[in-house]
Amino acid sequence: MKFGPYQFLALFALAALVFALSPLAIAWLWSRVFAPHKAGPVKNATYECGLEAGPTGWVQFKADYYLYGIVFLIFDVETIFLLPFAVAFQGLSAGACLAMLVFVLLLAEGLVWVFAKGVLAWK
Amino acid sequence: MVDNELRDELSKQGVVLTSLAELYNWGRKNSLWPLQFGLACCAIEMIAASMSRFDIARFGAEVFRPSPRQADLMIVAGTVTKKMAPQVVRLYNQMPSPKYVIAMGACAISGGPFKQGYNVLKGIDRYIPVDVHIAGCPPRPEALLEGLMLLQKKIAGQRLTVGGGQPPQDAGELPVPSYGEHDLVPSKNTELWQPPVLAPSE
Repeated sequence: MKFGPYQFLALFALAALVFALSPLAIAWLWSRVFAPHKAGPVKNATYECGLEAGPTGWVQFKADYYLYGIVFLIFDVETIFLLPFAVAFQGLSAGACLAMLVFVLLLAEGLVWVFAKGVLAWK
Repeated sequence: MVDNELRDELSKQGVVLTSLAELYNWGRKNSLWPLQFGLACCAIEMIAASMSRFDIARFGAEVFRPSPRQADLMIVAGTVTKKMAPQVVRLYNQMPSPKYVIAMGACAISGGPFKQGYNVLKGIDRYIPVDVHIAGCPPRPEALLEGLMLLQKKIAGQRLTVGGGQPPQDAGELPVPSYGEHDLVPSKNTELWQPPVLAPSE
């Protein structure tokens, strides 16, 4: 019987497969014989460091908080702009001061609007 | 089958024979993986035992697992408060069999100096089967190592088949106590622990 050059590769592939699968098969057999599963409700429960698993994470958050968060973000950014404005105040031209004034007044108007809408009242 | 006498004689001549159970137990007792948790000051001694000076790795028990799924030894190191007891029992239930418990220190054994207190469990053996008790307050790391060696001796004598030296409670899950109105409910696992009967004085 004569072997082709590629038939050895198939033989090697088969040997590799057996080599890889036999430890898994032995481990599986061993666990079936000597370590049978002992499942239970507590054992199968979610591991929470011994505590019982809490309620689901799919809870409703208050949509009001979203508005509150956006308003906070806007005035937070305003503070970031106000600080360099205050530092460079003496060196600024009249036009720059005017632009800054418009910016601050716009935001102040926003604050008044938010206040009038009642967003800042925490319900 | 080779009897023990013949095996001893052979081992003197340089022929080592073993049984499958002995080989398996030899591997098992030298690779105890403790559950990584500490409850009080005994845990500091347990940590010291795992560090280089005392080196619990010499006994193969250095792989402290942060999950009960991978642990087979529970070292109850410290005061078990009544608030913590349900968690300890639940963790014990979540460990795969065969599993072992070492009660380390006076508190884990009996409540220790807090025995008369209102909030401390008077011994973890009221809820889970304890294999080795280690006295001390806290026990030194050497004492923990000796307790570990005792446990290894116990494991070496166990059989492989189901029920071979395992406590009968191991078949199912132990009831997890819950915190009731005044105390833990139930206050003890009566299958594991019976209150001592005091003999009337004469």
